[in-house]
Amino acid sequence: MAYSFPEEVLEYVFAFLSSDKDRNAVSLVCKSWYEIERWCRRRVFIGNCYAVSPQIVIRRFPEVRAVKIKGKPHFADFNLVPERWGAYVYPWISAMARSYPWLEEIKLKRMVVTDESLELISKSFKNFKVLMLSSCEGFTTDGLSSIAANCRNLRELDLRESDVEDLSGHWLSHFPDNFTSLVSLNMSCLGSEVSFSALERLVSRCPNLKTLRLNRAVPVEKLASLLRRAPQLVEFGTGAYSTEIRTDIFSNLVGAFSGCKHLKSLSGFWDVVPAYLPAMYCVCSRITSLNLSYATVQSPDLVELISQCPNLKCLWVLDYIEDAGLKALSSYCKDLQELRVFPSDPYSAEPNVSLTEQGLVTVSAGCPKLQSVLYFCRQMSNAALVAIARNRPNLIRFRLCIIEPQAPDYLTLEPLDTGFGAIVEHCKELRRLSLSGLLTDRVFEYIGTHAKKLEMLSIAFAGDSDLGLHYVLSGCESLRKLEIRDCPFGDKALLANAAKLETMRSLWMSSCSVSYGACKLLGQKMPNLNVEVIDERGPPDSRPKTCPVEKLYVYRTVAGPRADKPDFVWTMDEDGALRLS
Amino acid sequence: MSPESETSGGLKTELTLGLPGDLQVQKSGIKRGFSEVVDLKLVNDSKAESQPPSTTQVVGWPPVRSYRKNLVKNCKYVKVAADGAPYLRKIDLEIHSSYQDLLTAMGDMFTCLTICNVLNERKLVDSANGEEYVPTYEDKDGDWMLVGDVPWKMFVESCKRMRLMKSSEAIGLGAAAPSTPSKGSSTSC
Repeated sequence: MAYSFPEEVLEYVFAFLSSDKDRNAVSLVCKSWYEIERWCRRRVFIGNCYAVSPQIVIRRFPEVRAVKIKGKPHFADFNLVPERWGAYVYPWISAMARSYPWLEEIKLKRMVVTDESLELISKSFKNFKVLMLSSCEGFTTDGLSSIAANCRNLRELDLRESDVEDLSGHWLSHFPDNFTSLVSLNMSCLGSEVSFSALERLVSRCPNLKTLRLNRAVPVEKLASLLRRAPQLVEFGTGAYSTEIRTDIFSNLVGAFSGCKHLKSLSGFWDVVPAYLPAMYCVCSRITSLNLSYATVQSPDLVELISQCPNLKCLWVLDYIEDAGLKALSSYCKDLQELRVFPSDPYSAEPNVSLTEQGLVTVSAGCPKLQSVLYFCRQMSNAALVAIARNRPNLIRFRLCIIEPQAPDYLTLEPLDTGFGAIVEHCKELRRLSLSGLLTDRVFEYIGTHAKKLEMLSIAFAGDSDLGLHYVLSGCESLRKLEIRDCPFGDKALLANAAKLETMRSLWMSSCSVSYGACKLLGQKMPNLNVEVIDERGPPDSRPKTCPVEKLYVYRTVAGPRADKPDFVWTMDEDGALRLS
Repeated sequence: MSPESETSGGLKTELTLGLPGDLQVQKSGIKRGFSEVVDLKLVNDSKAESQPPSTTQVVGWPPVRSYRKNLVKNCKYVKVAADGAPYLRKIDLEIHSSYQDLLTAMGDMFTCLTICNVLNERKLVDSANGEEYVPTYEDKDGDWMLVGDVPWKMFVESCKRMRLMKSSEAIGLGAAAPSTPSKGSSTSC
């Protein structure tokens, strides 16, 4: 005779569980807990839209209010995934429109979103509040018009880094005059000019507006008017920050900024004219996040600005900052947690700025809280990497891109195995790592041995043999995402570690040495994986089995092979049941 | 005076871009007629010595998002479609210095196509079936033009996207009313 808590009590307790991991654990305790939990789960995160179907999600979780779905693999950001590959959101929207009338939030990343989908969203969910489209594509500003016109309770519209077909700026004018609920608007990726008076009126009538990221088309002389209407802003992104210097514009801007007592984050700064940067000095002391990655400004001007931001936690900047600027950063910004340095001229063979490994070493020494790094540079040494590792064992994300593929340690001309080895050995909490430079199988041995918390690994132009891949797949216990390009990894390691792939979200391999035969075998062996071959040269069947495939994408799924493949993608052993009998 | 005879230079290595057919109607006044087409000079007449892959030739490397590339002034990415190829590519016009360079890059990208210099025409040929492709582009005004009509810098300035069109379909392009290829494709710039 078992007594248990009444359902209502359990539900009340479960409501305190926000993490998916906890809720999943709770669901496994017993059938009744599974049942109770599934009825009260409100947020669902789907890391791979093809790992599950909308029907399966809806069947299990009938009362969801917020979904987050990711589509294409990460390498799609760098044009390695062909157009028309997939990740269409429409089937999800249409299923949810029928089953989740109370849906409030949709957050999508790397998915194809059509105007039709946006219109359906705007008409199906009466209490819709949050739309975030991160690195999405397939829609136009007409789709945005539907959202603006129909979502009466919209709070957030965030289009970050999406590729929108910009037909006109007219969409913004579709927000009705009685629409006042906006909290966050990020339109920075759009090209067209919106009606400025419509924007002003929108900002004026939304008292809860906290985030406003403008697009490049909004000139600097218009900023003051917006800031004065929204002094409560916490996050602000400028448009183009250049114009001929006029003292009245400048002083107006200073006045407007000084009224913003809550600003913590600044971004934008396209085409920045350095003389306008001091307009922001009055807010710098509160600034925790600064995105200057579009600011083509020289180091001294950057340093002037940064030196006023002692509370800076996150800095994105171009390599114009140079080693000298990073040295200043390390002395002024002791709270720094995240640094991203982007290349101003990624394609020239010669360095155009004086930014080397030294800058990163200095920051690693001077900023004790630094945990997240993305750094593009043209030279690196094992000594520098070892120093960084020793300085910053608290690193969680370390993404290093040495621009020239297979560049060795510039001092010793050796591979950078030891350096990256030191990173994984010292940084025991490392969750994400991107490698570059000259690397042998040895670095993968270090990674397999030490990187026990590593969840995502990106590899390019590295390794000597299958052994490298084998070390990673057999050693990295926490690995979820592995993406590889242009490495001599082939069949043996892949097939020997087939079971590992079921414990991961996905594996991407392009321009490697995996044969069609091995892909077929993998597909046959592993029914819970979709093994997808991408090949422009036509059906893989028309070439010998030993022929390497162009691109391979393997992911675990409970939804079976996908039905929306384009003509250059083949799922291995789709009709496995027929073949095995 | 035929345009071709004016532009054929004395040197064997000089090549010109131009098309047989009528002069196009000048819209903006700055687009040149065939009598003033650009001369191209080949550095080597054989294929370039094989070089180690430099960063300019590797797809997707360094791993920089395309919206970051177009922001720094010296980059200009345009989409390139080839009739019959399953997917689009992107090419950075700024890193090429001439039409020859561009065509080489396009030949590299669409690996089944090789450059074929026939008379004064610049084409790409599918070695498998002999099908000829002509490079065309959509300019700022929305017109589809043949690649090579205007000086290189002007082309880079005005090109919005490119299409390798089958020769048979390209007839009539460059004439008075440039025909626009169907825009019904699922991808758009």
